[in-house]
Amino acid sequence: MGRPRSVVIDYGMGNIHSVSKALEAVGHEVATADTPEQWEAFDPTHLVLPGVGAFGEGISRLEKAGWAPILRKWIADDRPFLGICLGMQLLFGESHEFGTHRGLEIFPGAVVPFDPTKGKVPQIGWNEVRRCATHPLWDGLPEAPDLYFVHSYRVQTSNGAIVLGETDYQGTYPSFVGRSRVAAMQFHPEKSQRAGLRFLKNFGAL
Amino acid sequence: MLKKRIIPCLDMKGGRVVKGVCFESLRDAGDPVESAALYDRMGADELCFLDIGASVENRGTLFEIVEKTASRVFLPLTVGGGIRSVDEIRRALNSGADKVSLNSAALLNPGLLTEGALRFGSQCIVLAVDVKREGSSWRVYSHGGTRPTPRDAIEWIVEGVRAGAGEILLTSMDRDGTGEGYDLDLIRTVSRSVDVPLIASGGAGSKEDFLSVFEAGADAALAASLFHFGTVDLRDLRRTLFERGAPVRPPFDLLKEPFP
Repeated sequence: MGRPRSVVIDYGMGNIHSVSKALEAVGHEVATADTPEQWEAFDPTHLVLPGVGAFGEGISRLEKAGWAPILRKWIADDRPFLGICLGMQLLFGESHEFGTHRGLEIFPGAVVPFDPTKGKVPQIGWNEVRRCATHPLWDGLPEAPDLYFVHSYRVQTSNGAIVLGETDYQGTYPSFVGRSRVAAMQFHPEKSQRAGLRFLKNFGAL
Repeated sequence: MLKKRIIPCLDMKGGRVVKGVCFESLRDAGDPVESAALYDRMGADELCFLDIGASVENRGTLFEIVEKTASRVFLPLTVGGGIRSVDEIRRALNSGADKVSLNSAALLNPGLLTEGALRFGSQCIVLAVDVKREGSSWRVYSHGGTRPTPRDAIEWIVEGVRAGAGEILLTSMDRDGTGEGYDLDLIRTVSRSVDVPLIASGGAGSKEDFLSVFEAGADAALAASLFHFGTVDLRDLRRTLFERGAPVRPPFDLLKEPFP
């Protein structure tokens, strides 16, 4: 198998530089694309949807730039996909961040806020992700590695089968989800030193 | 469990680390990218770049350094010092910073916190506050601690969080550079007043100081010269804190391990 050719989608939601550099560090050939045309020209084998910031802004930018149908088809075809942080949340049904917004509805569930009366919000820092299902992305990683989080909202889902890892902060929530070659993580692998890079390396092998 | 963070801070002027990082394997003590890479491998949880020169002409240099660092150090980066506008926040984030710290500019225009939070999310807007004790309260200083303001620390921090700050970087000017320990009274008071994470800064002189400041309610502890001069070795600090039951990441030493 050759090097993974990964496109990092640039839809104006935060720092894509770090994600690109981290993917390169573990052997991906990387291009960033802010239009679907650029994506087609690169002919990727892997697709990465990063992002930080507000859900509503994120989904409307994806729709406006024409990414939403491409993502839905790519995922329906079970091609290698990785969502990071907001890029994970957008895969779910809906969010109530600044009004109600529909997501890409790949996975059932909703995006809900942490409660500032129960602990500090946002959650910023290193927290454990406990493995709760086997998946090739877990290869070579410990049962509960520490990974870097920074977020004020989290997902909840009725489908336990997609939960690959979970984290405790104001209760237990899914911090790593996926099925087959489609995966998404609430933490930032590109900011999580060795463990984070290992996830990105494993993603390249999907 | 969410871990407490240890954050080495690199104070910079004209693109060079002020004072310099002393470590035998580091060839250029003033090179911020090399210093950041070293701290990454020694076990930092996060890194902070503070441009204390903060001159407008150096802003481009700062962003270049952030970009170079983010290309090889896969650790969260906070950048601050003289950032004054939403456009500069955007440039810092695009260079690879995860968080931007605002100090004097936020005092002058608290709306900058709101604009930044609305555009990029409050998780990346850090309000940096320099304070000096006056009786039973603390006064806020601006411009790198050179100018007193009429503001009370607690009032300003509460207002800043309401305006959009997602984290507080709180420096005790009384303790800064003394090595006498963090101002625990200050940390306790602020930690009780806001519900966003709090980074304590100023005064770290020993490993025990980190234990006490975490117990006092800080979510993260920042230090500069302590690490630069080798007074405390990051690897040793993490091991001690971990063994003494502080909620920190377990000890590791990437200097001894292959990449990645």
